[in-house]
Amino acid sequence: MDLELVQTAVPLLLKGLSATLIITACGIFIGFPLALGLALARMSSSRIASATARAYSMVFRGTPLLVQIFIIYYGLGQLRVLRDHDLLWWFFGDGLRCAMLAMVLNTAAYTSEILRGGLMSISHGELEAARACGMSPWVRFRRIRFPLAIRQALPAYGNEITSIVKDSSLASTITVLEITGYAKRLMSETFAVIEVFTITGILYLAINFVVLMGMKLIEGRLSGHRAGARS
Amino acid sequence: MLWDAGWGLAILRGALVTAAVGILGMILGMALGFTLALIKWARVPILTPLVDAYAAVVRSIPGLLIVYLLFFGSSEFVAGVGAFFGYQDAFQNAFAFLAGVAAIGLIAAAYASEVFRGALASIHKGQIEAAFALALPRRRLYSRIIGPQMLRYALPGVSNIWQATIKDTSLVSVTGLAELMRVAYVGAGSTKQPLLFFVIAAVVFFAITLASQGLFELAERRLNRGVKAG
Repeated sequence: MDLELVQTAVPLLLKGLSATLIITACGIFIGFPLALGLALARMSSSRIASATARAYSMVFRGTPLLVQIFIIYYGLGQLRVLRDHDLLWWFFGDGLRCAMLAMVLNTAAYTSEILRGGLMSISHGELEAARACGMSPWVRFRRIRFPLAIRQALPAYGNEITSIVKDSSLASTITVLEITGYAKRLMSETFAVIEVFTITGILYLAINFVVLMGMKLIEGRLSGHRAGARS
Repeated sequence: MLWDAGWGLAILRGALVTAAVGILGMILGMALGFTLALIKWARVPILTPLVDAYAAVVRSIPGLLIVYLLFFGSSEFVAGVGAFFGYQDAFQNAFAFLAGVAAIGLIAAAYASEVFRGALASIHKGQIEAAFALALPRRRLYSRIIGPQMLRYALPGVSNIWQATIKDTSLVSVTGLAELMRVAYVGAGSTKQPLLFFVIAAVVFFAITLASQGLFELAERRLNRGVKAG
């Protein structure tokens, strides 16, 4: 591999790293609470809430993220109301913000299914025991349901975070220069396609490796009570 | 207005291209994925780690990057050949289609190899030994014992891969191939109605995923008949 190319490619790709990480962080830190809300709505006894959450998850999981990004960036940009409103246009006129919004909405749908699976795996006896102890619904959620559900859902959520990292590349289609955006530019400028692909691939592998390690760490902490039994 | 300008037909044609890329990519992915799964299953010394590495790498790299690799990586060469024979446009289109199918297939193969390996692993060893004891020919071992059971175990995973694959076809639009997303994009640009066109594209994709989900549920029920629940 030619060294000069590496010297130009690496700083450029690292410049794109920040946009990739911002979109990913948004997906995790805003998408997760939203997903939790959706999962709880889906499991609630209110028929309207549960049907809404179900429809939401079906629509966002049944269409490609690229369509969602285009609808938000190009489609909503067509609306007069948005264009005339300063604050709204500040938000929807910018590719990165639109990509962040699309990512949050998309991952919330997938994550809500993961969390629902975790919440449903809790045995009935444990909830009954909590109720017998006189725990209020909120305390029950905070002390019993959520911790148990999250431990169950963690491996699947790790995969979802990997998906978020990968899917953030779609932001490059709406003018956001994140890692893949720069990679495409490098490929079409230098014609060193395989070299650029390799460097970019290594960068993504590194990010996902860090994610994986982080998840392992959290998993270890959450199942600390099992540490003794395992060794 | 949409129908007058012929956009309805264009969208329909785009949807057909999307379905074609998805189905061909899926077939490629399943065939390659099954081969890779057999290599994983058989634990071949050098090949198995290579296959594992392939699956791990492809699954953590964006699909868009893989599309770019295949498209830019060989478009020079193809454009050259096309120009030489004087069919630049036709060549370019056919090439975008093939590059798209290849990219989609390579991604699906990485996921399929995991699904099939899991399915192979859940076939009881005793059954294969019994087949050997009965001196069943190797081909019949695969077609009668391993095949049907593996298909049953793998079906939910295959269904997931298909759902992801049909959505991944939207990535191929960056090569300029006139599939659903590309048609919507062009239509949005020339009619200045992006919201309408992208919502239509979303609806078509949604219809495809809903319909195929129904088909997979039907297939699952068919493959599972005669199997006791639980």
